[in-house]
Amino acid sequence: MSTVTRPGVKPATMAQALTRAMRDAMAEDPTVHVMGEDVGALGGVFRITDGLVKEFGEDRVTDTPLAEAGILGAAVGMAMYGLRPVVEMQFDAFAYPAFEQLISHVAKMRNRTRGAMPLPITIRVPYGGGIGGVEHHCDSSEAYYTATPGLHVVTPATVEDAYGLLRASIASDDPVVFLEPKRLYWSKAQWSPEAPAAVPGIGKALVRRTGTSATLITYGPSVPVCLEAAEAAREEGWDLEVVDLRSLVPFDEETVVASVRRTGRAVVVHEAAGFGGPGAEIAARVAERCFHHLEAPVLRVTGFDIPYPPPMLEKHHLPGVDRILDAVARLQWEN
Amino acid sequence: MTVQELPGAGASHRATPPPAWRPRTEAAPLLPDPEPYRVLGTEAAAGLDPELMRRYYAELVRGRRYNAQATALTRQGRLAVYPSTVGQEAAEIAAALVLEEQDWLFPSYRDTLAAVARGLDPVQALTLLRGDWHTGYDPREHRIAPLCTPLATQLPHAVGLAHAARLRGDEVVALAMIGDGGTSEGDFHEALNFAAVWQAPVVFLVQNNGFAISVPLAKQTAAPTLAHKAVGYGMPGRLVDGNDVAALHEVLTEAVQRARAGGGPTLIEAVTYRMEAHTNADDATRYRSDAEVEAWKAHDPVQLLENELTARGILDEQGIQEARDAAEAMAATLREGMNADPVLDPMDLFAHVYAEQTGRLREQADQLRAELEAEDDA
Repeated sequence: MSTVTRPGVKPATMAQALTRAMRDAMAEDPTVHVMGEDVGALGGVFRITDGLVKEFGEDRVTDTPLAEAGILGAAVGMAMYGLRPVVEMQFDAFAYPAFEQLISHVAKMRNRTRGAMPLPITIRVPYGGGIGGVEHHCDSSEAYYTATPGLHVVTPATVEDAYGLLRASIASDDPVVFLEPKRLYWSKAQWSPEAPAAVPGIGKALVRRTGTSATLITYGPSVPVCLEAAEAAREEGWDLEVVDLRSLVPFDEETVVASVRRTGRAVVVHEAAGFGGPGAEIAARVAERCFHHLEAPVLRVTGFDIPYPPPMLEKHHLPGVDRILDAVARLQWEN
Repeated sequence: MTVQELPGAGASHRATPPPAWRPRTEAAPLLPDPEPYRVLGTEAAAGLDPELMRRYYAELVRGRRYNAQATALTRQGRLAVYPSTVGQEAAEIAAALVLEEQDWLFPSYRDTLAAVARGLDPVQALTLLRGDWHTGYDPREHRIAPLCTPLATQLPHAVGLAHAARLRGDEVVALAMIGDGGTSEGDFHEALNFAAVWQAPVVFLVQNNGFAISVPLAKQTAAPTLAHKAVGYGMPGRLVDGNDVAALHEVLTEAVQRARAGGGPTLIEAVTYRMEAHTNADDATRYRSDAEVEAWKAHDPVQLLENELTARGILDEQGIQEARDAAEAMAATLREGMNADPVLDPMDLFAHVYAEQTGRLREQADQLRAELEAEDDA
C-alpha cells in the first residue's frame, strides 16, 4: 500500500476496484451477468455495482426479487445455459437462506455430473464486522463455506487484490465464494485501474511483511490489523512476518509452511469464531508439517465463540492489536 | 424520540396507490378450472389425433413395464431404491413428449420415467438409484437436468435456464416437475415468483399423487387446489386429470406454446395417484386404505387410453400386442444392462470436485491410490 504517486495512478477504494473488476469482466465477456437485490439503480447497498446497469442494461445487471435461494437457484440455471452469473448476497447473514442451493447444487453440480456441468458462479458476500452494523449484518461466515467441498473461497485485503481476485473468480470455471471485508470497502490505495497488476490467481498466499520472529497467518479484514500489530511489535523487539492467505480454499500450504519454518512460531488470526474456524484447520496443518521447526505451539487469535455481538460491544469481540500482541508474547520468547 | 417526532412521520407509512393505480394483471384468466380437465371419456375425445394417441399408448405400456422392471430390480438388490410411478405414467410421459428437442426437462427423483420417455438410455437413467454415480448422463446431451433429490430445488434452476435462453434469443422452454409435497418448500415459492416476474418460459408440472411419503394433501396445504397457488404469483393455474394422457397433452402443449411465444410461466396440477409405496422402504398400508387404492385402479391411465382407443377403432389387438412386445424388449435390455456390474474407478472420487485439483485433493488421491495398490498386492 505505497503512497508514492505515479502517473495515472490515483487513490482508489476497494469498493471502486470491485466495481471496476465487474465492469471489465462484463465488457470483455458478454456471458457475465450481475444479479441480486438492489444491484441495479441503487448500485447495491454498498454501491459496489454502481453504474453497471447504466452501462450494460437490466438484462445483464438484474434487480431480482428479494429471495436469496431464488437468486442463487436461478443463477445455477443460468450457468447451466452457459452464462457466468455474479451474484451479490447483500450481507453475510442474509446468504443463509441460499445455503441449500449452495451446498446441494452449486458446490456439487460438477461432481454430480462427472464434470459435464461445471457452474462458473461468483457469489459476492460482504462479510465481517467493524462497521457498527446491527445484528445479522456482521457475521464472519467463512467456515460454512470452507467446510463445503466443491467451493473456492477467497477474500481480498487490499485494493489491488480486490480487483485481481474478483477477476480471477469470475474467470474461474468453478463456483467461488468471494468474501468482501466490508470494513475495508473504503480503504484506499494508489492503484491504477488502467494498468491493474497481474491477477494473483486463486490459491496463492502472499507474504505481506517479512519478519524473523514469528508468523502471523491471516486474511481479509484481519490483514491490516496484523500489519499494525507487526509495526507495534517492533517496540518489543519482535520482527513479525505477516502472511495474507487471500484464498482459504484452496489453501496455499506451501507459502504458510515455508514462512513458519523460517520463523519457528505462528499465530493464526481471524474474526470468525475459533471453534471449527479456518484457524483450527490452518493450525493443525502447520503443526503437522512444521512440528520440528516450531519453538512454541501454534496459537489462534479469533473472534469469541459467540453470536456476533451488538455494535457497542463489538470492539471487545474483534481480534485487535493488543490481543494479537498478547498471543505473540505467549510464544515463550527466549531472547 | 417518539414515532410522531421522526422526520417524515405524520404522512402515511404505506405508499398510497396513485389515482390511476390498478392491478398489473387481470385476475380472471389466472384461476384454475373448478374440476380437473378431462378429454378421455368425453365428447372432446372425438378430436384425438390417432397417430399421436397410438404413440402415447405405446409409451404408456412401455412406462408401466419400466416401472415393474425397476421395482423388480430393487428386490434383486440391483437398485438401492426405486420411487415408482405406477399410476402416474401419463403425466411422466406427457411431460417428456410435449417438449421439443431444444427444450429442457427438470425432473425430480421420482421422474426417471419422464427422462427415459425423453430419450435417455434406461440404464443411464438408473445410475443414481443404482448408486455408481449421482448422474449417469451428460445433462446437455438430452437437455435433461440431473434427477433432483432435494425437494423443489431444481425449480429455480429451470427458471434461470429458461431466463438465460430467452436473454440469448433462443426459443427454449423449461418444464420442471415436482410432487404435491414439494409445493410446501420455499424454493417452490421463490421459483414461481421469479418465473412470473421475469416472464420466464417455464412450465411447472405438479404431480399431485395424494401423499408426500405418508402425509396426505390435506395436511400439506389449505389451498382449494395446488393449481390455485398460481394466482398469487400472477400466472395461470391449470387443473388437469393426471391419468388422462390426452388432457395432459393438451394442457401441457398449450402451456409450452404460451411460454415459447413469450407468454410466461404456467402452473399445472395433475391430479393422480401413487399406486405403489413411496419407495420399497415404505409401508403404504400404514396410511391409506385398500378401498382407496382399488378406486383409483378403476381410473388407471393405461386402461383409460386403451378403452378409448379401442372403442374408437384407433387401436386393435395387434396394436396392443405390438406395444407389449416393444415394452418386453425394453425390459429385457434394461435387465441385461443392470445385471452387468458397473465398472467403477475409485480415483473418480477426486476427479470432478474442481476443474483443477487442489493440493489437498492431490494428497488424498495419492493416499487412496497407495491403499488400492496395497490391496492389489495383498
